[in-house]
Amino acid sequence: MSLAVKEGEFFGLLGPNGAGKTTLISVIAGLARADAGRAMVMGADVVTEFRRARRLLGVVPQELVFDPFFTVRETLCIQSGYFGLRSNDAWIEEVMHHLDLTGKAEENMRALSGGMKRRVLVAQALVHKPPVIILDEPTAGVDVELRKGLWQFVRRLNREGHTIVLTTHYLEEAEQHCTRIAMLKAGRIVALDSTRNLLQNFSGLEVRLRLEGALGPGDALPPGVPGIVLRRDGPELVLRLAAARELEPVLAGLRQAGLPVRELELQPPELEDAFVHLTGRSEP
Amino acid sequence: MTGFYTLFHKELLRFIKVSIQTIAAPVLTALLYLLVFAQALEGRVRVYEGVPYTEFLVPGLVMMSVLQNAFANSSSSLIQSKITGNIVFILLAPITHLQFFAAYVAAATVRGVVVGAGVAATAMAFVPLRLEAPGWAIGFAVLGAALLGSLGLLAGILSEKIDQLAAFQNFVIMPLTFLSGVFYSVHALPPFWQSASHANPFFYLIDGFRYGFFGASDVAPALSLGVLGVSLALVCGVTLALLRAGYKLRY
Repeated sequence: MSLAVKEGEFFGLLGPNGAGKTTLISVIAGLARADAGRAMVMGADVVTEFRRARRLLGVVPQELVFDPFFTVRETLCIQSGYFGLRSNDAWIEEVMHHLDLTGKAEENMRALSGGMKRRVLVAQALVHKPPVIILDEPTAGVDVELRKGLWQFVRRLNREGHTIVLTTHYLEEAEQHCTRIAMLKAGRIVALDSTRNLLQNFSGLEVRLRLEGALGPGDALPPGVPGIVLRRDGPELVLRLAAARELEPVLAGLRQAGLPVRELELQPPELEDAFVHLTGRSEP
Repeated sequence: MTGFYTLFHKELLRFIKVSIQTIAAPVLTALLYLLVFAQALEGRVRVYEGVPYTEFLVPGLVMMSVLQNAFANSSSSLIQSKITGNIVFILLAPITHLQFFAAYVAAATVRGVVVGAGVAATAMAFVPLRLEAPGWAIGFAVLGAALLGSLGLLAGILSEKIDQLAAFQNFVIMPLTFLSGVFYSVHALPPFWQSASHANPFFYLIDGFRYGFFGASDVAPALSLGVLGVSLALVCGVTLALLRAGYKLRY
């Protein structure tokens, strides 16, 4: 696979379990070695220039890991030290503040709830102010309130110029935050495009119509009506259209065939549809 | 250097925070050995000329504690980090394999020497100790602890589960330390066991260390130092090579 994430992007990495998302991240982070090929973080090769590459990178691991011997503050000070930073207290305070951890600073990691531990993981990834931040399923098992706060903070970091790479199980999260998305399947990229294009190209528009009359079960669509029939049930007709501009011919064609539309409902495109289309799975 | 220093400091904190278990407990264990063996064997076992058995026993127990605790420190720290997964925080950082190695082994050495000093200090309350050649004693304690710290790291790298590490500890480290002449002078053994003891590298560690106390030993201290040096170079070399390759740490 060949993939380049631009500086300052909010990039999404999606794919079913076993697609290779975490493996890809592990290769970039130096946790795994690639059998072939190379990975670079802002020009630093992750193998030959691993120290520079790792300084440029902050990784929030998927597993809720922690060291039970230490408090939140100690954990963050130690992590700073690993990155060569001795006096990092001001930044640690700031990170803890933004992640709502200040009140828990002196508590042992063992005593924290899962959501709090997740925040500490995020804080740990940020102690050295990395320009590139990778979040591997950051909201798995995190409650709604916390999720909101977390996204606010991550979006702020992105606005401030940090490049964000995200893997998630929640398609709506990718849809909401990512500007560009790569979809992985069995170690290959099956789609790579801006979120908007992906939505447009792969899902289209779903239109629910209630007609004055009914199409007979064997009847074809009136001539000139575009789209694919998803369902038809008496006066009800559900069509899939490629784009909103196809709506007009649909209405015109049906009117001409003596089947004026009484009710109309549009379903906005969803990433999930693109996902199903590309990976042939309904769950990422 | 900050990376190394932080990891070293973290490794120190790790055992200092639970010092009842990591320092006090092994000191107590050694003192119990001293009590039981001294009571049972004083006057029955002949060791060196003019050296009472109890006095002979103390340096052996000190060194045994040094070695076992140095091994326990690095091995248990690494296996715990591997099993809980928090090793990832070190692996994500720009820490070289050399810094990683040095930090773990240095912390293990400190733990071994601290426990050994604790055993020696408490034993001195009951047994008069002489120190004929302190340089040898300190040298063997520090290098011996480094050897076992490195061996512990090696065992921690190779083990995937606690019970594999426990097997290494119970079936390799324990027998080798117990049969190394801690409790007796190998000269008192039948010829077969005498030569078997000479094949045990731990024997040279205990013997060399004991030389520092009595100025007398079963073999020449220079030979013991040579065995220690070669073992240290060998174990460090293998451990460093595995760390460099990321064996069982990075996939």
